[in-house]
Amino acid sequence: MRTDDLVAMLASGAGAVEPGATARRYAAALGWGAFGATLLMAIVLGVRSDLAAAVRLPMFWMKLAFPACLALGALYAATRLSRPGVQLGRAPAAIVAPVLALWLLAAFVLATADAGEREALIFGSTWIVCPLLVAMLSLPVFVAAMWAMKGLAPTRLASAGAAAGLLAGSLGALIYALHCPEMEAPFLAIWYLLGMLIPTAAGALIGPRLLRW
Amino acid sequence: MRRIQMEGKLRSTEQRLRDLMIRGLAGDSAAYHALLKELSAHLRAFLRQRLARLPDDVEDLVQETLLAVHNQRHTYEPDQPLTAWIHAIARYKLVDLLRRRAGREAMNEPLDDELAVFATSDTEAADARRDVTKLLERLPERQRLPIQYMKLEGLSVVEAARASGMSESAVKVGVHRGLKALAAMIRGGDA
Repeated sequence: MRTDDLVAMLASGAGAVEPGATARRYAAALGWGAFGATLLMAIVLGVRSDLAAAVRLPMFWMKLAFPACLALGALYAATRLSRPGVQLGRAPAAIVAPVLALWLLAAFVLATADAGEREALIFGSTWIVCPLLVAMLSLPVFVAAMWAMKGLAPTRLASAGAAAGLLAGSLGALIYALHCPEMEAPFLAIWYLLGMLIPTAAGALIGPRLLRW
Repeated sequence: MRRIQMEGKLRSTEQRLRDLMIRGLAGDSAAYHALLKELSAHLRAFLRQRLARLPDDVEDLVQETLLAVHNQRHTYEPDQPLTAWIHAIARYKLVDLLRRRAGREAMNEPLDDELAVFATSDTEAADARRDVTKLLERLPERQRLPIQYMKLEGLSVVEAARASGMSESAVKVGVHRGLKALAAMIRGGDA
């Protein structure tokens, strides 16, 4: 087929394209993904039994704010990486800022604590399972975000996969926070972050193969 | 002085093509046809310069890039320069081709100047080596028939649905999925 014929074929009856494809796709992915992750948490882990008391503590809201801020940064990065020729802009800063803020808080907590308390502040009582459970709860959003990206046109596939993975990880952590009893900044700064990095790394690894078009 | 004239020319090309694109996305298929036709000349010149060692692949890659532009047109939003969007797609397809041919050929042209994509134009099409018509024949019937009726014979959705015995939405889905499958065949090297 000659190129002119191909052009004629592509243009023939091409019809209108509904605008806002990126926003619509991510809205659907986040809705279904967050629903799936919440269901998974409620069935497999259960909401923490002292939730009613915990909501009165500022640290409980900190624990939600950290993954929520990261999720916004990751969503911003993912939507930009889903479209050809769109620069990342401030996305890396939006991702690094909440991590740095939490690390500063954790360093402050550790520095002002007694030497004997530090180990408990860092390890809590659930450090072994925390990263794995965060990674598990990230699975529904991971699948949904990859689906969203697959229907768009990322050109930097490893970065795009990583952004989708971080979006899944941070939403997984946000939902895990409703189950997890740990309330100390150093714990969150290490184990929550590690849990979010598992789907991020997985996304970076499978992105180049999965997202090709 | 020449550089300023050049920049002015690129800006007016950008404006004209962006306008065609926006009208095309709104359903104006004549504007969309004009856009793809002009884009094919720009892409040909752009890719020919950068595939100096693989001259026989140029026309195939022009076609592959045009198909990608069409399949991904829902990712263009009017807040973005069309130049940047087209350049990113052309660059992606070029890198993908070179990766498929990895090891055998090395790149010697820089790829990062996105304005370069509209800077030159070449309407002399060489023959494509791959025949898209043959690839279309290998699609399953539910995709091949809608493309045959709507895209090659120019029937409307309603007419294509009647001719194929499929529902209107199945016809639309068939065209969409068929063109994506065509891109996948090309990419997978079945061609």
